Amino acid sequence: MSFSFPILPEGHLLAIEGLEPPHIGALLELAESYALLNRSGKTQRDLLRGQTLINLFFEDSTRTRTSFELAGKRLGADVINMAVSTSSVNKGETLLDTASTLNAMHCDLLVIRHAQSGAPALLSQKVSAAVINAGDGTHEHPTQALLDALTIRRRKGRLEGLVVAICGDVLHSRVARSNIHLLTTMGCRVRVIGPPTLIPAEAARLGVEVFHDMRAGLTGADVVMMLRLQRERMTGGLVPSSREFFRFWGLDAEKLAWARPDAIVMHPGPMNRGIEIDSAIADDPERSVIGEQVEMGVAVRMAVLDVLARDLRRNA
Amino acid sequence: MNETLFLGARLLDPASGMDVTGDLLVREGAIADLGQAIGSPEGVETVDASGLCLAPGLVDLRAAIGEPGAEHRETIASAAQAAAAGGITTLCALPDTHPALDDPALVQFVLRRGEATGSITLLPYGAATKGCAGQEIAEYGLLQQAGAIAFTDGRRAIGSARTMRLALSYARTFGSFVVQHPEDPSLAAGGAATEGELATRLGLPGIPAAAEVILVARDIALARLTRGQVHFAHVSTAAALDLIRAAKAEGLAVTCDTAPPYFDLNETAIGDWRSYAKLSPPLRPEADRLAVVAALRDGTIDAIASDHQPHDADDKRLPFAQAEAGGAGLATLLGVTLARVHGGDLTLLAALDLLTARPARLLGLPVGRLAKGAPADLVLFAPDRAWQVKAGQLPGKAQNSPFDGRALEGRVVGTWKVGRRVFGA
Repeated sequence: MSFSFPILPEGHLLAIEGLEPPHIGALLELAESYALLNRSGKTQRDLLRGQTLINLFFEDSTRTRTSFELAGKRLGADVINMAVSTSSVNKGETLLDTASTLNAMHCDLLVIRHAQSGAPALLSQKVSAAVINAGDGTHEHPTQALLDALTIRRRKGRLEGLVVAICGDVLHSRVARSNIHLLTTMGCRVRVIGPPTLIPAEAARLGVEVFHDMRAGLTGADVVMMLRLQRERMTGGLVPSSREFFRFWGLDAEKLAWARPDAIVMHPGPMNRGIEIDSAIADDPERSVIGEQVEMGVAVRMAVLDVLARDLRRNA
Repeated sequence: MNETLFLGARLLDPASGMDVTGDLLVREGAIADLGQAIGSPEGVETVDASGLCLAPGLVDLRAAIGEPGAEHRETIASAAQAAAAGGITTLCALPDTHPALDDPALVQFVLRRGEATGSITLLPYGAATKGCAGQEIAEYGLLQQAGAIAFTDGRRAIGSARTMRLALSYARTFGSFVVQHPEDPSLAAGGAATEGELATRLGLPGIPAAAEVILVARDIALARLTRGQVHFAHVSTAAALDLIRAAKAEGLAVTCDTAPPYFDLNETAIGDWRSYAKLSPPLRPEADRLAVVAALRDGTIDAIASDHQPHDADDKRLPFAQAEAGGAGLATLLGVTLARVHGGDLTLLAALDLLTARPARLLGLPVGRLAKGAPADLVLFAPDRAWQVKAGQLPGKAQNSPFDGRALEGRVVGTWKVGRRVFGA
C-alpha cells in the first residue's frame, strides 16, 4: 500500500489530537490489511529488517508491550524490551539519561509508556528515533484508540454517525481522551458517562455530550466502551465504594439493554470484573468484542511501525 | 565630594506625578536637587541621559532566592546581579528557604549577605510560622527587631484558618502584616495547571481557580475579625480581585500584588508542555489575564512584584507535572511591565508607581521616589529600546524565564544604589 502524503508528518505518534481524518483513515486502511495478513498466518519480515525497536516501559504493562513486541517481530525488527524500575528516585532524570543512552544505541523506533503526561513528547525532542506513545499519564494512548476504531469499523462497517458511549473513569483515562479525539474527528457522536467526580473539567469542550446517568447516556448507543476503574481512585475518595460504583455505573445486562439491541461492548483491559463490567457481559460472544480489540491491537501497531519506518527511510 | 549629575533625562516620579525633562544631581548617596536648570557644580561627574527615562529604583515585594539552601540554583550575589540589571534596588526575600527564616539569626544572616553585595537593599521576610510549616506562629517581635520586613510562609499557603487568624492578630501587635500565597492547599495538592479545557486536553491534574478565591475570601473574613492586615501575593483570578476590590471599599486592611506572568501570559503558554511556563499559581485563561490588567488600572492591585523563583535545568527538564513551578523574573520585571504601557493599558507613571512608590509605601520605606533628600536609588532606562528575552543569556544564575523568546520594548541602561552605579557601563 502506498500513500501520496505523509501519514504522521511529525515522524512520531505522540497523540491522536491533531491528526486529520485522512491520516486516521490511511492508518486504519493499512491496519486492516495487516489484520488480514495476520489471519492468513503470513508475515512480512523484510519490512523492518535491520531496524531496532525498543519497548521502553516505565509503567507495568503486559498486553500493550506484548502487542508492540509481536508487531515489531512480525515485520522483522529487532525488538528489545526495557523495563525501567518505577521505583527510581527521580524518574525524570532517568528519562533524559535514558534518551542519551538510546541515541548511543542507534535505536530506530521507540515505544514508550510513562506515568507522566507529556513524557513521550519530552523524549521525542531528545532522541533521534521515531517515538510512539504507548500511554502517557492521563494524556493519550493513541494506538488504543486506533485499534478501538478499527474494531468498531469492522463490526459496524463505518464510524461516521455512530453513537459511542464511553463510561466510567474518564478523568484519569488516557484511553478515553484518545478515543474522544479520534471518534469525534471521524464523525461519531461521542458521549461520556460517569459520576461528576470522574469526568474531567470542561469535557464538553472536547466535543462530547456529558451524562451522569447510565440510562440516559446509553439510550441509542451503538458502541458501549467501558473504562478501567483504578483501585487507587477509591482510596482518593472520588467514589465511595466499588459496590456503589458498580450499582450505578457498572455495565450489566440490565443497563446494556438500554443501548441499541446490536450495540457492541468494548474494554481496553485489564478488566475489573464486578466493578465496571459484569462477567456475563464481558464474556458474551454476541456483545463483547474485547478479544477482537486485542487482535486488532497487533495489526494497528504493525501499521504504525510501517508508516514511521517509511518516514525514517525517506529521511535517511 | 561624590557627585553625579544626570543631564537631560525624562524625570519620572510617580509619587508626585512629576514627568518633566530636566537634570538630577546626586550628592553623597542622596538626591540633592532635580528639575530644570539646576546648574552644574564644578568637577561633577555627568551622565548624558537625553532621550532616557530616570525613575526611582524598583522596589520588588517578592523574590524567592536560592540562598540559603539552594545555592546551586542561585546565590544572594547572583540574585543581586540580576536585580541590578533589572533596575531593582530594593528586594524583599521570601523566608521559605532551607532553613526557613524563622530565627532572628537567620534574618540577620540574609541582611548581612545582602549588604555584602553593595548593590541592593535586601529585606528578608520573617517566617509566618515556624519552619514555614503552617502550624505555630513564629517570633514576630524578635524577627522584626532583627530586620524582618513582614511575615509570610512564602510559596506555601497558610492553610489553617486558626493559624492565619493568630498570625494576623499577632502581627498587628507589631504594626506588621502577613503575606499570603492564596491557594487552598487541599484543592491545589498535586495540581500542575489551571483546571479547565487545556488541562483536560493535556491530561494534567488541575487546580481550580476556586482554590485562590476560597483563601482570599477566608482571609478577608479573618482580616475583618482580627482587624489585622493581610497582603495577597500574585493574585491571578478575576473572582479573587473582585473580592479584594470589595474588601478595600469596605475599608479593611487588605492589599495585594500581582506578577508579570499574570498580566502578560495566559495558560496557552504551557502548550507543548513548556515547563518554563509552569508557575504557582498556574497561568490562567485569557479572561483572568484581562481582569488582572483591569485591576492594575483601577488601583485594586497595589504593586507589581517579580515573583522571582530560581530553578535550574534539572528542575525544569522533566515531564510537566514533575517539573518545579516558578519562573525567574528579576531582569524582566520592568520590560514586561512596560509592555502594558506600550499596549495602552497603563500610563508610564502608573506603571512605575506600581513598581516603586506604592510598594515602598506598603513597606514603610523612604525609597521609591525622586525627591530632594531621598536616597539616590535610581534606574535609567530606554523606554522604546527593543530586546529579546533569551533563557541562557539572562543576568544572574537563574535562567528559567517564562518569557523566553518574548520580544520586549524598554530596557534598563543603568542602575544606581545610593548614588553608586551598580549596573551599566
